[in-house]
Amino acid sequence: MLEDLQARVNADPELVRRGQWVNLSFVLGVGEAEYVIAIADGRIENVEARRLPTHGGLFAIRAARETWEEHWKPIPKRDYHDIWSMLPKGLATLDGDLLPLMQNLQYFKDVLAIPRRKED
Amino acid sequence: MPEFEPIVGRYFTMDVQGAPCRIYVEEAGSGIPLVCLHTAGSDARQYRHLLCDPAITDHYRVIAFDLPWHGKSVPPQGFRQIEYKLTTDLYKETIMAFCRAYDLANPVVMGCSMGGRVVLHLALEQAGYFKAVIALEGSDKLEPYYDLDWLNRPDVHGGEVCAAFVSAQVAPQSPDECRWETLWHYMQGGPGVFKGDLYFYWHDGDFDDRSPLIDTDKCPVYLLSGEYDSSCTPERTEATAARIKGSKATVMEGMGHFPMSENPVLFRTYILPVLEEIRGP
Repeated sequence: MLEDLQARVNADPELVRRGQWVNLSFVLGVGEAEYVIAIADGRIENVEARRLPTHGGLFAIRAARETWEEHWKPIPKRDYHDIWSMLPKGLATLDGDLLPLMQNLQYFKDVLAIPRRKED
Repeated sequence: MPEFEPIVGRYFTMDVQGAPCRIYVEEAGSGIPLVCLHTAGSDARQYRHLLCDPAITDHYRVIAFDLPWHGKSVPPQGFRQIEYKLTTDLYKETIMAFCRAYDLANPVVMGCSMGGRVVLHLALEQAGYFKAVIALEGSDKLEPYYDLDWLNRPDVHGGEVCAAFVSAQVAPQSPDECRWETLWHYMQGGPGVFKGDLYFYWHDGDFDDRSPLIDTDKCPVYLLSGEYDSSCTPERTEATAARIKGSKATVMEGMGHFPMSENPVLFRTYILPVLEEIRGP
């Protein structure tokens, strides 16, 4: 589901506009796999499997693969429908410097939920 | 002339804990008074659909007011020197001051979220006064799950972050337009107000030790919670109902934490039978 994350985010001008002040990399954990997602001015510049322990980002959001798969369904089950509902259930974790996440929280939620949308 | 909605909005001043508070209130309809309490960090605009629903306003005088610090009610004088913190006593006294100012006889009180919590306090302490209480998304206890300091600090936009926190509480099925109007109210809250309200909802207002004392023969209790509510979850609602003998609990499928504003069309299918039962044959 992550292969077209970059194209889908960058094709959404409203989402890019709302993230226009975001310039950072963060780590997305999908089960055992980790990806480094690089963002410049709200556009995703790169999505890459984490190469080395020194290859990272400012913060990390991690959940089991099955959790993300449920999160990305058109109507997810309760507790899986939003990162902020996954956290209290222990279905997701946050680490690192949370300030840029909090400063742009809805943007990051929408970026990570974009696989949910139907194909155009 | 435009086609006006039936809602009439007015201002008045009432004393709360000795301090004058200028209150904004909206009402519509006639019949049994139905006092509506908004969620933490929002305001009475959440109830605009109920206020415009003749199936309700034909039988109820629906009254929804903004708490001090919220919406168009002003903070008390000298607020600049005060860190806003809603305590249980302040909340209860504000509601009772409102009901006294309005000279309401035997009203029904309905609150959502923190409003759904405080009505449980009222069901016990004001059982002879209220005809019934309706707790929307109102369990008697919660477990905090995030650090409230994020809601009010200069390097994070308060309106944006409050809305982004609670956007998890809107069900994915709810209409987009209603979702964003619900979040807009959060974006417009004063600095620190949502955080100050959550002091009551998460810390000071726990009621699980006293909710078994409620006598539902004296004051009926209705609990309605959304399937997708992450704070007042269906499990917490059912646990609350189990502690309040005679209470009636309903889990609203496909609904989140803001039933009256996030999906008013679905909500009326749940609330109309409750209001019909309360008013009796």
